[in-house]
Amino acid sequence: MSIDMEQFHQVFFDESQEHIQEMEQLLMELDPDNADPEQLNCIFRAAHSIKGGSGIFGFDALTGITHVMENILDGARQQSLKMTIPIVDCLLSTVDILKDTLDSYREKQPVNQEAITDGIKKLENVLEQSGGKKALAIEQDEGFGLFEPVAKEGEDFGFFDTEEEPQVIPGDHLPQSVAKEGEDFGFFAPPEDESANTTNTNLVSGIAKEGEDFGFFEPVNNHSVTNAQVATQDKSKQAVAEAPAKRALKSTPTQSHNESSSIRVDTGKIDSLVNLVGELVITQSMLALIGENRESRDEAKLQSSIAELERHTREIQEAVMSMRMLPVSFVFNRFPRLVRDLSTKLGKKLELVIEGGNTEVDKGLIEKLVDPLTHLVRNSIDHGIEMPNVRIEKGKDATGEVILRAAQKGGSIVISIIDDGAGLNRERILNKAIEKGIDASDAMSDAEVWNLIFAPGFSTAEQITDVSGRGVGMDVVKRNIESIGGRVEIESIAGQGSEFNIRLPLTLAIVDGMCVGVGDQIYVVPLVNIIESIQPQPSQIKSLTKDKLLWVRDKYWPVIPLYDCMAIDNAQLDPADAIVVLIESSKKRFGLMVDRLLGQQQVVIKSLEQNYRRVSGVAGATIMGDGTVALILDVESLASSVDLNKIERLKHE
Amino acid sequence: MSKNDVTTGESEISNLDSQEFLSFVLGDEHYALDIMAVKEIRGYEAVTKIANAPPFIKGVINLRGEIVPIVDLRIKFDVGEVTYNEFTIVIMLHVHNRVVGIVVDGVSDVIKLQDDDIRPPPEFGVAFDSRYLLGLVPIDDHMVILVNIERLITSDEFGLLDTQVNSAQE
Repeated sequence: MSIDMEQFHQVFFDESQEHIQEMEQLLMELDPDNADPEQLNCIFRAAHSIKGGSGIFGFDALTGITHVMENILDGARQQSLKMTIPIVDCLLSTVDILKDTLDSYREKQPVNQEAITDGIKKLENVLEQSGGKKALAIEQDEGFGLFEPVAKEGEDFGFFDTEEEPQVIPGDHLPQSVAKEGEDFGFFAPPEDESANTTNTNLVSGIAKEGEDFGFFEPVNNHSVTNAQVATQDKSKQAVAEAPAKRALKSTPTQSHNESSSIRVDTGKIDSLVNLVGELVITQSMLALIGENRESRDEAKLQSSIAELERHTREIQEAVMSMRMLPVSFVFNRFPRLVRDLSTKLGKKLELVIEGGNTEVDKGLIEKLVDPLTHLVRNSIDHGIEMPNVRIEKGKDATGEVILRAAQKGGSIVISIIDDGAGLNRERILNKAIEKGIDASDAMSDAEVWNLIFAPGFSTAEQITDVSGRGVGMDVVKRNIESIGGRVEIESIAGQGSEFNIRLPLTLAIVDGMCVGVGDQIYVVPLVNIIESIQPQPSQIKSLTKDKLLWVRDKYWPVIPLYDCMAIDNAQLDPADAIVVLIESSKKRFGLMVDRLLGQQQVVIKSLEQNYRRVSGVAGATIMGDGTVALILDVESLASSVDLNKIERLKHE
Repeated sequence: MSKNDVTTGESEISNLDSQEFLSFVLGDEHYALDIMAVKEIRGYEAVTKIANAPPFIKGVINLRGEIVPIVDLRIKFDVGEVTYNEFTIVIMLHVHNRVVGIVVDGVSDVIKLQDDDIRPPPEFGVAFDSRYLLGLVPIDDHMVILVNIERLITSDEFGLLDTQVNSAQE
């Protein structure tokens, strides 16, 4: 039976990705003078898992370099090698090489052999310089790391260290079977050859065949399941191994040195669960409707059961929704490395403070946050924080501080990048803007001036560095953030620092909305955009040529009739009989005229594009309690489309 | 599972070369479409209108959590009377990984056709764009129009795909 190894590649890539992140993070935390053995072990294990996996799949470039890396790490944890900052730097750059190589394999691109050979050379130099401990390290590694730590650590491979251990693996046989294979990985590579081996290796090879081994290397507590099954049901080990191999074990990279009890689940599965629960909610509300109209002896009972059902469904819905949420630390954790690298590169002293890493954000948002955040942090460090001598001159601490903070504020998440650097330079931004032909003047408020930096091609850096300053960025940052429904706000005080606040919706999947009725149609207006809803008095309604204006809050608000935008018949035509919802979009404020308000509700956003196409003025659709579809309005595009219509109309007139 | 089995299986199909079609009625014309494109058949239910869409796009409905557009072929082809009652039928199609519903007056039959049953449409003199026609088939005493539903649904005229946003808005 030949096994298509390809199917396991994705799992390997995902897991290796996590191992690499873990290594990186741990290396960053590592205090070279006083290295925590547990941390060293974790780094070693991560490197080892990558080596094992890459060996199986024949990703030799990874195997070679992790092997040398392992030697160093092994030396360090045996305390035969002294960790120093240069060594940590060297290991970190190796981690970068691993990252690139892994990406190349993932994308089926040729691997950069040069970089790898280079990396190996550097690592070997480190080994040699740190006292000829190379021989020792290698010798130990010949034992194939898989078995060697069993006795020593009992921690490397979850499945060796439980009570079942003696039944499965009579320990002293192991080295023999390894010795038989002679080589490091030869053992894993041709799985078919393994059938001839001893029972012990059978177990291992069975696993190897399934491409499963990285599952076991994970120091997570999933072992409990796999252990028992592997140990007790030798026969069924294929089945056991197969199941978790598909969507297997997960370690939260940030905490895998602690016990972590998470599992890796395909997002597709969660999305379909979200869908199903949405259906369940609808069915439940239909049932409630029927229940209300029924009169019988059991009415009270029925009502209370329905109420119970409602509560349960809502709880399920919340639970399912929370499955999509991930802590922002997933994004934040990459920044210590970035800051460290930048501080070396730019010769600035920096300290990164991360706050609120546990704040949970929708997974879809997390992925899209990486680029804009990276850009903003780089900007803060490159343009914001001054050189140490300048800082001292200004009476500041030589070490600049960058704070990354995430917090939940009401219905949104606010992520702030705060630095105590020089702040934005109003004059320079204005000059630059005028030079670029952007409409700007001295009379602009600070906030308006700061917003100029989001214009395409805008950069005020005096010197273009390879870190930032090419002016291709802030506009992209803004666009990226707006594409996920967020906003960027800037606050800055000259000489004291600047603060970039990114305001994001809690989730992409749900929106708090106000349901409004126009004619016989129902629309949902996102609550975040609504200031208030009023029933206008005739005296408040003015008209400007053909357009209606509403006088409220000491301002004239343009009134946009929804029936006009959405081409609906049978709607209220007279604003005095209708309701005007005051709306604030990022660009403008206006009043949206609707027939009636139907109530506030959380709605699940469904894509219109999946089966249809984008519709202007509409952000998506949702399914109401009675199973019908309601469209969710896109306030931003509504505002601009109306404006365009007016311009068109003016042209015709 | 020898290779031979597979080849005979294939040749059986190619010998007969028969395909199944679902025939439906629009007004007093008979049409048919490839049955493999059919996801399910339902009754007509209230739709949610979409602004600025052409009249033959009735709107969208909720099909078990998916938002599905509904196209009324009677309006599009200008045949039959456009009425909606409990006998109005919607054929849910699955084409190009999309689900689209088409409104028809009725579904009549599943017909099995071989290549040589199908007659070519006249090359001119009909308004119906021959790109969307697979051919014409005489069955009993009426003519069944075989529609290339996949091409039709994804065509510019229908504007169901995003690339046609502009043309649909005009």
